[in-house]
Amino acid sequence: MAGMRGAEGRNLGKGLAFLSPWLMGFLVFTLLPVGLSFYYSLCDYSLLQPPLYVGAANYRDLMADPVFWKALKNTFWYALMALPAGMLVSLGLALLLNAPIGGQAIYRTIIFLPSLVPTVASAMLWLWLFNAKLGLINTLLGFVGIEGPGWLTTPEWAMPALALMSLWGVGHTVVIYLAGLQDVPRELYEAAELDGVGPVSRLMNVTLPMLSPVIFFNLVMAIIGTLQVFSIPFIMTGGGPARATYFFTMYLYDNAFTYLKMGYASAMAWIQLLIILCLTGIAFWSSKRWVHYQGT
Amino acid sequence: MSVTTREDATLPGAARAAGPRPASYQSRLKTERLMTHLGLMLIAVGFLLPFLWMVSTSLKTLDKTMAFPPTFIPDPAVPMNYWTVLNSPKIDFPLFTRNTLIIALLTIIGTVASSSVVAYGFAKVRFRGRGFLFALLLSTMMIPFPVTMVSLFSIFRWLGDHTPIQWLGTFKPLWVPAFFGSAFNIFLLRQFFLTIPEELSEAARIDGCSDWGIFRRIVLPLSVPALTVVALFTFLGTWNDFLGPLVYLQRPEQYTLALGLQAFQSQHGGTEWHLLMAASVLVILPVIVLFFLAQKTFIQGIATTGMK
Repeated sequence: MAGMRGAEGRNLGKGLAFLSPWLMGFLVFTLLPVGLSFYYSLCDYSLLQPPLYVGAANYRDLMADPVFWKALKNTFWYALMALPAGMLVSLGLALLLNAPIGGQAIYRTIIFLPSLVPTVASAMLWLWLFNAKLGLINTLLGFVGIEGPGWLTTPEWAMPALALMSLWGVGHTVVIYLAGLQDVPRELYEAAELDGVGPVSRLMNVTLPMLSPVIFFNLVMAIIGTLQVFSIPFIMTGGGPARATYFFTMYLYDNAFTYLKMGYASAMAWIQLLIILCLTGIAFWSSKRWVHYQGT
Repeated sequence: MSVTTREDATLPGAARAAGPRPASYQSRLKTERLMTHLGLMLIAVGFLLPFLWMVSTSLKTLDKTMAFPPTFIPDPAVPMNYWTVLNSPKIDFPLFTRNTLIIALLTIIGTVASSSVVAYGFAKVRFRGRGFLFALLLSTMMIPFPVTMVSLFSIFRWLGDHTPIQWLGTFKPLWVPAFFGSAFNIFLLRQFFLTIPEELSEAARIDGCSDWGIFRRIVLPLSVPALTVVALFTFLGTWNDFLGPLVYLQRPEQYTLALGLQAFQSQHGGTEWHLLMAASVLVILPVIVLFFLAQKTFIQGIATTGMK
């Protein structure tokens, strides 16, 4: 044991040497910017002049800024639509794609492919699909006698349209679920079969509990990703119509690079970080009740 | 009340004992499979339609894209649209592709080289504080880009003002950080290195091999699949990245494909859909081709992400 400690001590230099690229990167590209960002959030900083300390003024101004609240509300609304829908659809697809039938390789490939499409290209494509007059979606709706809305041009429909579009890219998450499903021990299904357990009960009592660590992982990733949504609405709607799709990160970006209010933008970034930490914290806390790890 | 409950509870057992169940079970299984097939087919068509619509539009003439009701088969089909886009003065495809590839190549080299070295430290060298540093590494993955975006921008600006090297308006802010390891890829490689038996390292050590030697001569050659995954993901990340280039690149001649495509659209509003779709197909195509060339590597790479 003592020898082990000694070896660990001798190895310290070697270990740090191997870690050195990351340690330097961590200091320069993470720790320093995070610290600076907090300092800026307490400053009036236009980039053209040196930062001027103003205390909590930025945070106070944000609390009184209707655009900030609008952007925050939009982001939560979007998350409330896109996140549960994405979780359900990806899990449902994974279950279907895990069924023991032929041709699964083809189905899996088709459902995975859209998640590979670069953000900008998929924004272009969906601008065209959502086109009110000539788009595919309203054309198909027209065939069944429904007059489709101006998806991206009416405030009520723009947000659901973006949430709907996000479902096209769930392939990545589906693959993670599929990998998790491979790990569910076969004996559990056989035991359930012998007990005459129906498919619904099998899902609720075997598959979902065994899959819960993967569901949890995907949930945390989805929280972090959804609350930062930026590129798709930035390209497709520019936040419109009437700020209906103006999200938190877009207002942050505008503050930083359009209005050059770097301090204000930094304060927003810290509030965003805090919200993400709170929500993932809640997810971790609740996970004790519903996430089952094998072998514990 | 209690009687019906008990009856219900005994029913399945009785049916099982009675025997005729297997036959009905078989037929139920058959319908179940048929329904799954049907459902998956419908979904697959739904996922494919946008692609088909994109390709179809990209082959139409301008007035056919405006025709109502729209048709699926382009008539006449105009493959020339692709040539038009490739030579369009509004989107410099060759230049933007070159820019994207330069950034991607430098980022891949930086990420693979630095992340593998760091991952070796985390996986194969025992030292005090390693657990803490690893937790620190994982926690950096949770920091949203907006938190560091503003101050990184001002750091790069400061460097440009106080050193002879300009950063803003160059590719450097996009690829230099890659040479200092990326948390996600370090994690991925560490998980892989852990599966390499310690006996191999021990044997080499007895032969007088240093850690650096073990890393270069044993661990790296055994990790080609994992390194390929890292290179692939890094390529995709760079090819897709929009916010990074948007913040750091300023002049159109430095644009990546992602920025160029967006600029092309915003200049033309929603008019030249056939050209816009052709351009989008051209941006998507390399990624799809890459996927089919390395399908297995891809899927396994993503699958390991979800496992802890």
